[in-house]
Amino acid sequence: MSLIRWIDERLPIFTFFNKELKEYPTPKNLNYLWNFGSLAGIILVIMILSGIFLAMHYVPHVSMAFDSVERIMRDVNGGWLIRYIHMNGASMFFIVVYIHIFRGLFYGSYKSPRELLWILGVVILLLMMATAFMGYVLPWGQMSFWGATVITNLFSAFPFGESIVHWLWGGFSVDNPTLNRFFVLHYLFPFLIVAVSGLHLVALHQFGSNNPLGIDRTKPTDSIPFHPYYTIKDLFGLGVFLLIYCGFIFFAPNFFGEPDNYIPANPLVTPAHIVPEWYFLPFYAILRSIPDKLGGVLTMFGAVFVLAVVPWLDRNPIRSSRFRPIYKHLFWVLVLNCFVLGWIGAKPPEGMYLIIGRLATAYYFFHFLILLPLLGKYEPRPKLPLSFDDKAVKSL
Amino acid sequence: MSESDKPSPSQEPTDPTRRDFLTLTACALGAVGVGAAAMPFINSMNPAADVLALASVDIETKDIPVGTGKTVLWRGKPVFVRHRSDEEIKAANETSIKSLPDQQTDQERFSKDPKWLVVVGVCTHLGCVPNEKKNPDKGNEADGWLCPCHGSVYDLSGRVISGPAPKNLEIPPYQFVNNGSVIRIG
Repeated sequence: MSLIRWIDERLPIFTFFNKELKEYPTPKNLNYLWNFGSLAGIILVIMILSGIFLAMHYVPHVSMAFDSVERIMRDVNGGWLIRYIHMNGASMFFIVVYIHIFRGLFYGSYKSPRELLWILGVVILLLMMATAFMGYVLPWGQMSFWGATVITNLFSAFPFGESIVHWLWGGFSVDNPTLNRFFVLHYLFPFLIVAVSGLHLVALHQFGSNNPLGIDRTKPTDSIPFHPYYTIKDLFGLGVFLLIYCGFIFFAPNFFGEPDNYIPANPLVTPAHIVPEWYFLPFYAILRSIPDKLGGVLTMFGAVFVLAVVPWLDRNPIRSSRFRPIYKHLFWVLVLNCFVLGWIGAKPPEGMYLIIGRLATAYYFFHFLILLPLLGKYEPRPKLPLSFDDKAVKSL
Repeated sequence: MSESDKPSPSQEPTDPTRRDFLTLTACALGAVGVGAAAMPFINSMNPAADVLALASVDIETKDIPVGTGKTVLWRGKPVFVRHRSDEEIKAANETSIKSLPDQQTDQERFSKDPKWLVVVGVCTHLGCVPNEKKNPDKGNEADGWLCPCHGSVYDLSGRVISGPAPKNLEIPPYQFVNNGSVIRIG
């Protein structure tokens, strides 16, 4: 069409989308684990849209926040649906992103030349964690309040901690100024995530996706255009995902939630069992397994930051675990270890739970800081296939 | 596969047509799905149940003596309630409706009880609140309303006499309850 051509000549957005979303050459051998990146992007959009509509009804004030959420549930037309979409969307977002991260760890997607792509992903994870935490505070239930109190108090472990915490709170306890700024930042951060995701995509499209074999593409026939092959595959995956997501929204909307958060915040009474949302449980277990306050906080943050340096801890040039005889088992040990940490995070820190938690925490760092560098040096390196069509070399 | 077996060009158009059909129907269904999913979001911006529940207000008639009025808030808008005197009713009935932009008799407007005028105090032009208008010839008695924004004039039946307003002042749903001692608006 001539209008499109007229615009495109002056503002080449059509050329851009055609190049990056349609023709974009993508490895022909991607499996369904490569669906989770675009899936995460779609959930981000769902979260922002549902969040904007919730913000139209929510009141960020300590005396009205809880009631305004209940009003959304009872009086606002379809408010219950929008809130359950948003609430469960947070859990779905983390499930999808965790699978996305483990996909990267299994297939070595963080390795050269995709180190910055990976680091941007860790930045997105950190932003997501901050956003999710502040969002959980907004309903101003008991878990909101005490979660906010505990997490902000983490910063009291640092030098000048008390002034840092008072600065975060805007007062001497978690109170109205805290709620107000958390609401503002909870609204702002998703747009930062959009921006960093944009950079994540720029970095991705520089070299294109990694693939299950982990070898570079050698000839044009190794690639297929993104559209229609991967648009249709991503859409199919989206359909499956939406069925699961809607299953939670309509049949178990509070499955991931804590009943205590339906009790209005009370600064005088702490609930008997404080637990964070499930997606923070492994980190919470790491925090509690260190008997020192500052040490626990640093270790917990270190559990995320260690991911950022994985490209330099793992110097084995073979990307895919299909060709790493030892790492492919250790990967699953790490996954199991993370589940153990999650389970421990939900338990009281005493007796056996404390011991298991400490062992699991130690193993988590042992994997990244000791095993990965050692494997880079001593793991046997089998012959890699020469191309995608090389049937002579079998995966392990 | 079949292309190498049968290179006849007459076979070519059928396959693209089937594919076009599937693409179009799939896109149409997707658009319907997105539209359906958007509906609860758009509907969430409509007045909520608690807003609708607040939509009635009661006025004691004994608080308003003959010849005076009162303004109450109903759904966030002012409602003029006026206890009209016999002369005011007479004057309203004597107005020739032929000259009015929005032709309505006073009886049509206040058939329930002509003594009580109940109108939404929002100018039908662009939504300002008209002020009570005094008549200096009649000893400064109220004889209608004048909108300060663009000069629309309403009589004591709430009918527009002059100015840009297209409609008479709206009459909200109201009824007399407790044997006529209370006017319930909404």
